[in-house]
Amino acid sequence: MNLDLNTEQKLLKDSARSFLKQECPSALVRKVRNSDEAFPETLWKNMADMGWMGLGIDEEYGGIGGSASDVAVLMEAMGEASLPAPFFTTVVVSGTAIQQSSNEEMKAKLLPLLVTGKLVSSFALIEPNNDYGLTHIRTAATADGSDWIISGTKLFVEYAKGARYFLTVANVEGTGLIVAMIDAATDGIKLKSMPTLDYSKQCEVVFNAVKVPAENILALGDDAESMLNHLEDICAVAKCSEMMGAIQSVLDVSVEYVKDRTQFGQPVGGFQAVQHHCANMAVNVDSARYLTGLAAWKLSEGLPATKEASMAKSFVSKAAVRVSKLGHQVHGAISFCDEHDMHLHLRRTQSASMAFGNTEYHLEKVAQKIGL
Amino acid sequence: MDFKFTDKEQAFHDELTDFLIAELPARWADHPVQWPHDYAHSPYRDPKDMEVHESFIKKIAEKGWLTISWPKEYGGQGFNNMQQAIFDERMSYYRAPAGSSGSVGAGIVGPMLLRIGTKEQQAEFIPRIARGEITFWLGYSEPNAGSDLGAVRTTAIEDGDDLVLNGQKCWSSLAHKADYSWMIVRTDPDARKHQGCSFVIVDNKTPGVEMQPVINILGDHSFNEVFMTDARIPKNNLVGEKNKGFYHLMQALDFERITLVGIGGFKRMFEEIIDYVKTNKRNGKLLSEIPSVRYKLAEIATNIEIGYMLFWRTAEMLDRGEDPNVESSSLKVATTELARDMAEVAMEILGPYGQLTESSEWSPIRALVSRGFLESISATIGAGTSEIMRNIIAQRGLGLPRV
Repeated sequence: MNLDLNTEQKLLKDSARSFLKQECPSALVRKVRNSDEAFPETLWKNMADMGWMGLGIDEEYGGIGGSASDVAVLMEAMGEASLPAPFFTTVVVSGTAIQQSSNEEMKAKLLPLLVTGKLVSSFALIEPNNDYGLTHIRTAATADGSDWIISGTKLFVEYAKGARYFLTVANVEGTGLIVAMIDAATDGIKLKSMPTLDYSKQCEVVFNAVKVPAENILALGDDAESMLNHLEDICAVAKCSEMMGAIQSVLDVSVEYVKDRTQFGQPVGGFQAVQHHCANMAVNVDSARYLTGLAAWKLSEGLPATKEASMAKSFVSKAAVRVSKLGHQVHGAISFCDEHDMHLHLRRTQSASMAFGNTEYHLEKVAQKIGL
Repeated sequence: MDFKFTDKEQAFHDELTDFLIAELPARWADHPVQWPHDYAHSPYRDPKDMEVHESFIKKIAEKGWLTISWPKEYGGQGFNNMQQAIFDERMSYYRAPAGSSGSVGAGIVGPMLLRIGTKEQQAEFIPRIARGEITFWLGYSEPNAGSDLGAVRTTAIEDGDDLVLNGQKCWSSLAHKADYSWMIVRTDPDARKHQGCSFVIVDNKTPGVEMQPVINILGDHSFNEVFMTDARIPKNNLVGEKNKGFYHLMQALDFERITLVGIGGFKRMFEEIIDYVKTNKRNGKLLSEIPSVRYKLAEIATNIEIGYMLFWRTAEMLDRGEDPNVESSSLKVATTELARDMAEVAMEILGPYGQLTESSEWSPIRALVSRGFLESISATIGAGTSEIMRNIIAQRGLGLPRV
């Protein structure tokens, strides 16, 4: 047992943090927020030059391999920086789905583009009056010769305006789910902005009789179901890592602040009420770190990981928001100002806590896994 | 991160599991009545269980497992702290006698003697602890020294070859059943409070040592008040450096916060609750089908997993030669609050049946939940309150100022 990062992961963590500190300061997060661009292209290109887009992607497609635990390290650094770019939907979600598919043509075509940063992909799953579950997908896919026609409305599609593909989940009457890579340039796709808490440039995407060639289908029926279930574990853990990065930063910044800030003639960090807030943050951060680490490790080893992934997502979703709010509390009024970075973490943790299943969604999955 | 046991650790885990299943009587786990991680030390209900208890400890001691992480020359197995942690987990899961809870000698005094005791002290006590022949009680708290242990007033003054003890200890768990006290006393009454303390070992039979029972919240005799009146102990019973007792105490408390967790007990108790909700109905519906029950139990399961990892972390740190002072405090605060939460959740789920205090045809899970509800009050108080744990995490862990 070793609850620390390994040497390569420590190096990756250090280089990712110093890169993002330089290339993705909070000023950039605010600049992207206030602009119409989907995401900062220069940052994206530089991230690709770091080789990050190939993490977790097989070497035969130009990737650098690596495990779910390695991806977790990178997601953590990105969470700390409130990264305003589609790494998660492109590399983690779409990269995993494409690799898991038996569609060799798609792999050979898309993965080499993905690993060089030339392909941005978004995930179109949620539908009106629906959340992260797979049980009520109404976007319809109907066969048209060997091709498919897809119609339906998808919500909360991150960075849709910069995406070249939409990894889309639809339903085939009588067969089950289908997972397709829909080219964003196809006729019949309309986008509408959905401004959200964490500035992640989400969109409503309407597919109106969009023609999808058979070669763009990643999975169908049982294959689609198992791909999406696996994806849910991967994505839940990646979101936990992202929240981890944010709350580790909240804790670090808060501790420094309360050592410095003086009231009643002493540092506020000397007051026991403030110390206990900080201690609670620390225990929450540690607990989140090990639960997330355990789930990522199980995924990395190819072991069944649904129970651990759902334990992590159910806990971290609550803990991260709790820690972020405590960070605000110990900072006082300054943290309620836009100029202060604390709210970037609060926004990111709250959004991530709802992504890919909130606490209750994952508690129900845990309940099933413990025999209830 | 890597969460796998080494082959050697896994082999030990499996061997110990087989041993426990073979050596403990069938349904032994139904006999003990303790909630996980409490300081109530509830006795067996059937006196015959004490015989099983004693013969089992002999068997464990014969295997050399009572003190597995001690060096071989001191009666241990020379195993690492992770194997010690595995031992504690398995023993507490099977509710085995002298599992991690209650083993003050093997878990706290022994490791401290190996670190700071003289050769003579080690020779006198270590083999007998390893064989399970002697037991200790912790002489820390006094009427005016609870969380503020530096305020102990019991004095030990040199007189010839002796130390003469005067003072009073309280909340002395199982002192009446033990042979010796591992006691912190004031050896320099003029020094500033944290600087005049030392550790001594006091034989319960010493003239001038007297005990009064204190009945705990459950109606059991677990606590004692212990009075020392001109009690003479040999000077050689002073352990570690004179007047440095407070610093030794910090390490002893780390051991206490780790060895007394009994992490496996949480899993075992939780499994009983799960079995219950899967087989019992309320208002025509299985408890396990009620969404709020499912959520609450899934949350407890998650917190048990967290407890396990914080537990393994302390062992891993000890194996790396690091001092898990802050981490043992996180472990203590997380697991004791879990003990309380699990009792609260179980009470909520059981409804009116949870309040039954003795086994009857109507009492769920052998009436353990109402005991746990009361017992777990002690969890967040004993061995350092949750508030003291948070002070340690904030001040020693995060570097916030002491005021």
